[in-house]
Amino acid sequence: MNDVNLAPAAAADDDVLLQVENLVKYFPVKSTGFFKPRDNVHAVDDVSFTVRRGQTFGIVGETGCGKSTLGRSITRLHDITSGRIVFDGQDISRISQRRMRPLRREIQMIFQDPMGSLNPRRRVGSIIGDPFAIHKIASGADRKRRVQELMERVGLNPEHFNRFPAEFSGGQRQRIGVARALAFRPKLIVCDEPVSALDVSIQAQVINLLADLQKEFGLTYIFIAHDLSVVRHVSDTVGVMYLGKMTEIAPSDELFTVPRHPYTGALLSAVPVPDPDQSDERHQIVLVGDVPSPILPPSGCRFHPRCPKAAQVCVTEEPKLESRLGDGDEHTAACHLPMVQGEDLADFRPTIGAAERVIESSGILAPETGGAVDDGVGAEPAPREGSKS
Amino acid sequence: MALLEVDDLNVSFRTADGIVQAVRGVSYHIDAGQTLGIVGESGSGKSVSTQTVTGLTKGARISGSARFEGMDLLTAAPSQMQAIRGAKIGMIFQDPLSSLHPYYRVGWQIVEMIRLHDRGMSKHDARKRAVELLRLVGIPQPETRVHDFPHQFSGGMRQRAMIAMAMALNPALLIADEPTTALDVTVQAQVLRVIARMQEMFGTAVILITHDLGVIADVADEVLVMYGGKVMEHADRRTLFYGSHHPYTEGLLQSMPAYGGDRERLRPIPGQPPSLLDPPPGCPFAPRCSYVMDRCRTEMPSLDPAGTEPGHLSACWLPHDSASRAEVRQRVLLAETASSAGA
Repeated sequence: MNDVNLAPAAAADDDVLLQVENLVKYFPVKSTGFFKPRDNVHAVDDVSFTVRRGQTFGIVGETGCGKSTLGRSITRLHDITSGRIVFDGQDISRISQRRMRPLRREIQMIFQDPMGSLNPRRRVGSIIGDPFAIHKIASGADRKRRVQELMERVGLNPEHFNRFPAEFSGGQRQRIGVARALAFRPKLIVCDEPVSALDVSIQAQVINLLADLQKEFGLTYIFIAHDLSVVRHVSDTVGVMYLGKMTEIAPSDELFTVPRHPYTGALLSAVPVPDPDQSDERHQIVLVGDVPSPILPPSGCRFHPRCPKAAQVCVTEEPKLESRLGDGDEHTAACHLPMVQGEDLADFRPTIGAAERVIESSGILAPETGGAVDDGVGAEPAPREGSKS
Repeated sequence: MALLEVDDLNVSFRTADGIVQAVRGVSYHIDAGQTLGIVGESGSGKSVSTQTVTGLTKGARISGSARFEGMDLLTAAPSQMQAIRGAKIGMIFQDPLSSLHPYYRVGWQIVEMIRLHDRGMSKHDARKRAVELLRLVGIPQPETRVHDFPHQFSGGMRQRAMIAMAMALNPALLIADEPTTALDVTVQAQVLRVIARMQEMFGTAVILITHDLGVIADVADEVLVMYGGKVMEHADRRTLFYGSHHPYTEGLLQSMPAYGGDRERLRPIPGQPPSLLDPPPGCPFAPRCSYVMDRCRTEMPSLDPAGTEPGHLSACWLPHDSASRAEVRQRVLLAETASSAGA
């Protein structure tokens, strides 16, 4: 692997496995007129973070926030627009697919839809054996033995070697995906919504399996999911994304107890808690409107059209992702008006009018009165009637 | 009298592989204004048990009864069902895009729905009603959005439009089948609130089908836990979360990563859900149950009162008074730790 660029001192810290710096990924879309410039979907826009060895970095965010694009850019399934990805001391952001190939053993991916990522007409044994074939590592009986070892390790019956994916249940199919990713003892596995398609009881089985494998092989995970309680359970550090931006990064427990960014706060309050007492007590923040278009994202802070704390500065100036209110270096938030602990977002109303906040292109407009209007579209605490037993 | 009373409902489908017994002897009832949550995993029969009631399971073999406002829906004529569906029982499904016709404007679809059941209403009035409904569910600028096509709406807005359509004729019962599963959490919160608000305004009873116990904890009054086509436990919201009786309910709750809790290991339910092609006799949960006894494998327990709460029912052979049940649980846990220590 002498032909791979060695990155300059940036990632000198031996503890760091992956360093992402100012990563940008735009997708061009059809322009609306011949002389008009091409538009871009700003899928991932200037994202930086660091993943330490043996840890799990969780990425949460809603549909269209760019979390999957980010994961696919890191594994170089997408070519990136600009920025730098340093993996294990090597800059992999621009290397060719050919030179990327040896590194693919070390960076693997697990996808959300286990059926969609398995060829239905091939036998499971040959699917899991693919990595060995592609990298010309083992063949014949040796390959079969190694595949069966992997199957056993992830909790599949090695005798089912000759079955087709359709003969397995959802949870078992996800185990097949895990086995395939594990073939070469990778250093990093990017898990893109690995348990979202599974029922809760099966979901817990797969989460435990991933945790066991991490311990056993010293794996590092990037865990992309929209389910906050799952992400909290598995992650050491969590990054929250909104419209292509990283809005907050913090150690898992800190993020969930002392969120700084109002978007994080709103997201946390929206999660239904499987505990009637907690769910009766909490003040739910219901956000205004919908996520704006990533083709023409709002100016300044991208969250400002929906933010209960929005002020003039949020419209004009983009906040930096940095430590706020005396937090440590590992807790950063991109917000001009970060939340203090125990603050109730429901008490806030934007200090700017609706007209200034409508900088969206999708036709989805903020409601006329600007935030605090009627139910379902306003930012106000959920009414909690006492009649619930 | 209950608004809807389903008694001993059985539904089976003939498939290429054999007869699938999707629902096996399910009974439940719901009163006006109440919210009944039905939880269960894929294939537990939670959707089929409500779809059958509204006559949406064509080609199925059905037995039992479902009395709604004094009429048995299972034996009602198709024309009678048509009059009830939409007008008296509204429905929302998981995927709003496939429930809305892509070629017709959202407003047109709501108007059609209103005029189908209320021929006396003029087009003009129906259109005004459609705008009013869209405003009620929180669609901004309903006067202009009423002319949009479904693809111009976001996912959350489509689901709101579905709610508007389902509530158009002020139904006595709303059946919401995984209404927020395809939506993001913040949008889910918006949609759940819209449903709660409609319920408050019109006194509608809601059957909410979901796999998310968090949503159940939020909105349900009564909860039905289904597994393998059968009702495992029936309890009010608090009893279900704090004093459940059935091992399956317990397993479900323990499988959830505790939202506020520490990062201890999850306790999943081992094994796979049963096939309903040829369900084994006895309790369908027996192969995965840590409290399993010989009797469970041969004989299905009936849904009997459990615990001290009135209305709390559980289909399990475990002792129904909490003291002796705790004893059994203790014994099983001890045996488990002993065997895992020995392994």
